[in-house]
Amino acid sequence: MVGATLALVGLLVSLYLWLWKIGVLGSIVCFNDGCETVQLSQHSEAFGIPVAFFGVAGYLVLLIVSLVGLQPRWAERPEPTLAVVAGSALGVAYSAYLTYLEAAVIHAWCQWCVISAVIITAIFVTALAGLRNLRRSFRAA
Amino acid sequence: MAQARSLKPFYIGLGLIAAAGLAAIWMARQSNAARTAAREVDPVPVNAAGFQGYVLGSDTAPVEILEFADFECGACGYFAVLSGPDVKSRLVNTGRVRWRFRDFPIDGHLNAPIAHQAAACAGEQGRFWDMHDQIFFNQSGWARDRRPARRLKEYARTVGLQMDQYDECMEQQRHTARIAAGKQEGLALGVNSTPSFIIGGVLVIGALPYDSVLALVERAERALQP
Repeated sequence: MVGATLALVGLLVSLYLWLWKIGVLGSIVCFNDGCETVQLSQHSEAFGIPVAFFGVAGYLVLLIVSLVGLQPRWAERPEPTLAVVAGSALGVAYSAYLTYLEAAVIHAWCQWCVISAVIITAIFVTALAGLRNLRRSFRAA
Repeated sequence: MAQARSLKPFYIGLGLIAAAGLAAIWMARQSNAARTAAREVDPVPVNAAGFQGYVLGSDTAPVEILEFADFECGACGYFAVLSGPDVKSRLVNTGRVRWRFRDFPIDGHLNAPIAHQAAACAGEQGRFWDMHDQIFFNQSGWARDRRPARRLKEYARTVGLQMDQYDECMEQQRHTARIAAGKQEGLALGVNSTPSFIIGGVLVIGALPYDSVLALVERAERALQP
């Protein structure tokens, strides 16, 4: 449940950044002009696609998988949790790279990107904890 | 079934979070739209004797977009890159609009003064708008550079400036007063952030998407109709 909730919040944050990037929102709410600097940098796109869109897609997948994992049929099975661990691990790695770019290359901080990095890390930790609980319950059984 | 029932409050909570988030995004969009039509300002005081900015488009175009921008400001870059080409091709090149650019370097943007100087020096040779595009389209390259002059010189070369004249202009900082005057005019009009636009007597702030610019231009055009 915690993972699904975090994925939903991450999805909303990414959606906000993506909508700004494609021009749907006129200006971005930010404590400084770091969000714009980061979002306008050459690192805000990969393969011609806004990085924020990868966030939207990734969080959407994590949300769906998390919700599937809550269904009675899947609740005792490890596959959904494993999928979330794997997906969020990728997200953590990519977020770490983006955070490095903000600190060392762009020299600006986008608060929404940092929030997203915290969320994906929290999802990863939560999924790992869920996996451990599943193992324990298997052993107990 | 028992578990499905127990998940119901969770689904409701999730739905509420989703609704609240989407509503916040929607409100952010609406508040931008509201700002677009926010503030009427007095007609721009024209000092016919002084420099009146860099103009793109026909003098006879019925509507003018007056922009106050800082070359180092991210939102200004966003506007120039994403909305600028559409404004040029659909509004300026069709004779509907005249686009006037005024310098408004923000204090604290350390590389902004030299970028404005470089654009002004290009303006001396009639290439302001080419340099404007180079500077904005490459903003992430020079804005954080500790030696931006080198990069700006590359852009000057790219747009085909006479480099001797450009170098002399940059060395003498020939247009510092003109740049300061642009900012003073903006301040007098109530501009306090960039980019700011005055279109048909309405001051709007922020990196407007093309649709918002078009809406304001159409509004100005309607106001001109008898």
